[in-house]
This record gives sequence, C-alpha cells and structure tokens, in this order.
Amino acid sequence: MSQTQTNRLQEPASSINVGQKERILSLAGGAALTALALARRGSATIPAVIGGVALLAQGLTGNSPIYRALGINTAVRTQPRRVSVPHKQGIHVARAVTINRPADVLYNFWREPSNLPQIIDYIESVQMTGENRAHWTIRLPGGMKAEFDVEVYTDVPNEVISWRSLPDSQIQNAGSVRFRPAPAGRGTQVELTIEFVPPGGPLGQAVMKLFGDMPEQYIGQYLREFKQIMETGEKATTEGQTSGRSGEIGQ
Amino acid sequence: MRAVTWQGAGKMQVDTVPDPQIINPRDSIVRVTTTCICGSDLHMYDGYIPTVRRGDIMGHEFMGEVVEVGSAVRNLQVGDRVLVPFTIACGECFFCQHELWSLCDNSNPNAAAAEEMYGYSPAGLFGYSHLFGGYAGGQAEFVRVPFSDVGCFKVPEEITDDQAVMLTDIFPTGYMAAENCNIHGGDTVAVWGCGPVGQFAIRSAYLLGAERVIAIDRVPERLEMARHGGADTLNYEEVDVIDALKEMTGGMGPDSVIDAVGMEAHGTDLDFWYDRITQATRMQTDRPTALRRVIQACRKGGTVSIPGVYGGFLDKIPMGAAFNKGLTMRMGQTHVHRYVQPLIERIQHGEIDPAFVITHHVPLEKAPEMYKTFRDKKDSCIKVVLKPGMVQ
Repeated sequence: MSQTQTNRLQEPASSINVGQKERILSLAGGAALTALALARRGSATIPAVIGGVALLAQGLTGNSPIYRALGINTAVRTQPRRVSVPHKQGIHVARAVTINRPADVLYNFWREPSNLPQIIDYIESVQMTGENRAHWTIRLPGGMKAEFDVEVYTDVPNEVISWRSLPDSQIQNAGSVRFRPAPAGRGTQVELTIEFVPPGGPLGQAVMKLFGDMPEQYIGQYLREFKQIMETGEKATTEGQTSGRSGEIGQ
Repeated sequence: MRAVTWQGAGKMQVDTVPDPQIINPRDSIVRVTTTCICGSDLHMYDGYIPTVRRGDIMGHEFMGEVVEVGSAVRNLQVGDRVLVPFTIACGECFFCQHELWSLCDNSNPNAAAAEEMYGYSPAGLFGYSHLFGGYAGGQAEFVRVPFSDVGCFKVPEEITDDQAVMLTDIFPTGYMAAENCNIHGGDTVAVWGCGPVGQFAIRSAYLLGAERVIAIDRVPERLEMARHGGADTLNYEEVDVIDALKEMTGGMGPDSVIDAVGMEAHGTDLDFWYDRITQATRMQTDRPTALRRVIQACRKGGTVSIPGVYGGFLDKIPMGAAFNKGLTMRMGQTHVHRYVQPLIERIQHGEIDPAFVITHHVPLEKAPEMYKTFRDKKDSCIKVVLKPGMVQ
C-alpha cells in the first residue's frame, strides 16, 4: 500500500493562533498578574505589569507573537475529512497494548486482509474489491450476519491504518489501529479504536449485544490475542483440555 | 488416566479422566513420575481460593518424562526427563525477557478476569484456579505443558526425582524469599513459618551469607527440622516472639523478616480470631496474622519478604509501622525459570540436598487422605511426594 493520506485542514488565513481555552486562561492570568503587581509595589512591579498586560492582550486578540515566531498554532485542530460515525454517537471503544515486536511486523500482519478474522473474531471474511476497498462479512450474536463495504482511508506504513464503512452500509462503522514505538526498546504500542452506529431493529440489538456491557474488555481481548500471536506464535488456551468434568469420570 | 480432582472444600478425589492432548504447537505432554502437594494447594483444599471449579485437576509441583511434543517444539524429544516450573511463561514478552517469569503477559487465558481483580494479570499457573488460567495440574499420570520449549527443563542424570521435583516450586520459592532479603554479611533473618517454604528459606538465607537465622513456628517437628538447618527457633505459643527477637538481636531487630505463612495463618492473639472469623464469614479473603507480626518485628530500614501466598484484600495491615520504619517489602509468585539452573548447580556442588524436606512418599491414589494429613500437620507431615503408578 503506497498511497498515504493526511487529514489536516488547510490553515486558515487568520491572525488568531491561540486556542479558546488558552485565551480564557490568558485573560484570567493576565488580570491576576497585573492586579497583584500593582498592589505590591517593588522591584518586580514593572516587568510583572508588562507580562500581565501582554497576557491580557493575547487573551483579547487571540494572537500570540511568540506562537507566530515558533510556528505554533493551537487554534486549529486536525479533523477527518468525512466521518462515517459521527462524534459521540453509537459505540466508541479504544484500547491499547504493548507488543514486544517492531512496528513493521505488526503493521504487515494487520495489513494482510486474510489475517483480520484471526485478530477480530466477529469478522468472518474479508474480500478485497479494490486497492483500498474490501467487502466484510461479520458474525453477530443470535446467528445473525451483516455485510458491508469498507474503505481504508488512511494508511501510513508502520504507523496507522484507518477504515470506515461506505455510505449506505447496513451497519455504519469505522476503526483504526495505530502503531507507536514503545520507549526503551519495549516494542510497539498498539492502539485499536472501533466505532459502530447500531441501526434500529434486531440488527442494532445484535451489535449492542456483541460489545456487551464492557466493550473495552471485549476489544481488549482481541488486542491480547493479537499480542499472543505476535509474541508467542499461538493463543494461550485451555479449551479442549482434560478435566474431571468430562462425563468419563470413574472411580 | 488417574488424576487428583477438586470436588469442593475439603474434598479431593482421584478420578479417571481423559488423557491430555496437545492443543497448541508449543505444547508437550509429560508422563508424571513424581509430584507433590504444596502448602498453597491447601488454600484450595480449604476453599479459600476463588474460581476453582469442581473437577479441576490439582497440582503444580511435578516432573516426569516427555511422551509427546508439539509441532513447534525444537529443543525437546520424547524420552527427555524434565522438571516443569509451576509458573507458565512464554519466554517472549517483556516480563519473561526481564526474568520476571511469574508475571508473563501471555500465559493466562483468563487474563481479563485477573485484570479486573488485580489491575494487570500475572502468569498462568498449573492447577491453581481459573483466575490463573484454569490449567489442568500435574497431580496426575499425564499433564499438558504449554510453552514447553521454555517450560521444561532437562534434568541431569545425577539429580534424583525427589531433588528435581523440589525445583519446580518450593526450593526456588524459599530461595527467592531469601534473595529478596538482600542479605549482607552479619545479617539476622527471621523466618515466620517452618513449612517447606520456610525450611528452604532458612537454608537459602545461609547459602546467601546470613549470619544467623531465627525460625518461628509451633509444630515441634518443623522447629526440629529448622534447627537441623542451622536456625535458632522460637515457638510462638510459648514466647512473645517480637520481644524475643528484639532480645536476640541486641535490641536492634532482625535485618529482614520472611513471611512464609501466607493467607491461612494461625496465631495466639486477638487479631488471629478477628481474622479467623472474618475469613470464615467471607468478610476477608485472607488471614494476615503472620504478615502483621512480620512488619512489626522487622528492624528499621529492614526488608520484609513475602513468599507466603495472599489472594485478595487484607485488613488491619500496620502500614504505619512499615512506613515509619522505612521498610522495603518484596513479594510475589516465584520466577522459577530464573532459579532452576543455578540451584541445580548448588545441588551438584553438594551445597544442599533439597530432598531433606520430604517426610512422605505415597501412591497418587492416596492423595485425598494425604491432603488431610498435611493440612492437619499429623503424622509429622512436612512434605508429601505422590508417585503415580506406585504399588499401594
């Protein structure tokens, strides 16, 4: 996958380069500093008044010459171009895990569509339909299935893969996985985010049921198993082991 | 095969169950030749460990012969004589690679449950409740060993079964307890509890250079065995131990104190009855009677080392004493893999024969009655070895 995309908006041609919260803090801090300096006159009064007035000005105008000089702008936020799951709607879960492997190994495993059902167990199959598009079939509780088309809209090798369902999908959903080097050679921090807008009716109920009361724990388990496969080559399990519960008990 | 199964508090049973199978590529199957009952098995026997299920196969101290290896195992062969640490470790995660084997990130299939309780999940353990993975244990004729390429240690010919099986838990556990004391020349180490872990802690403290070890218990034969290991002994039913320790150390107190008792302590003071009642009524998971004494007894700036098992939430721990005396506290399940080779060498050099602690050899079929004998400290029982296939 060679195509990379970033989602930064063009910087607006405005002189405002200080964010809203910072402007309020500047106003409050500037006023306090000025008042304090004038109340207790001494050798520090003049510099303190100058600082206080500068903060007041920054708060009022939203323009910081220091930020300008340093190339900082806290007034503009980066945002996705288009979202398939609107902010604060539906299920939004994120969980991170540290995996003792380099980012490229993890990224490459994740980027191979046939590996996805190994990582996320509600995915039954993934069929590529184009360079950045795929058709997903997912399994839901109660024997239900759903199908939709997904596009990968951000793909920065060894850093991030983001996907979302195409408009008019049966279930609107999106997700992303980010890879960041962990400190001191501890491998890679992997953060998985999954978003779903459950539709109405039984399908929506099935989606809610899939994620249950503790959706973080649910996707945490996927990350744990992904880590196990990457670090040890297998998933730890006791499924199928012997016990004294298996109906063959004799004395 | 025959296996010891848990059937409820106070009820162990030897059952015929299906033979274990290879499940994962790194598994092996071991035919158990020698296995033990551990003091920590008694916590399950007495019903104080949650998430044990009826029919679970017990046992985490075992050794034997490899009879089948998984497709990904390159360093083992059928016929190898091996011992198996009770902590299951993958060898690949951050923790294993930092020799913190009992904290392995990948070996507990029920990690989510352990995270709920502890914040993060420790390693899976053989035969030690579903909170620690629910793995079938080794008090059986055969056992499945996960991650067997790092979890099976070949045993040199001259090391006997009785010696080797002590390396699966109890000797490394006593040794790590002593190592955690950070012993310097001239140090006095007090050891609370003279069960098998305490016995190994006493001897390990001397191996690591302690000047003097003072051992505390109330069972005559256990105190006798401690004296045999070079310790001075105190019977807590006869003397005020904290006063006695102060006296014996010229008023300074022991440099480090080991709690080799854990969650089912006994005592003579009021707080013991408080613990007994709150544990029995499930208002408290553990009886930290010994832990309180240990913290109280330790000298200023000293170290409290805790190999005794605790599971949940403890009442009335004298944190003020620990804080204001500037104590160091070290604890945890044993990183067995770290100690197997160095301790094999100590045995080979004749520095210690770990079989000294064994008082009983019995067939596996006798496990249920031996659980009771061991728990009740009857018949001078200190350490029970079970032999599958031994003629009764």
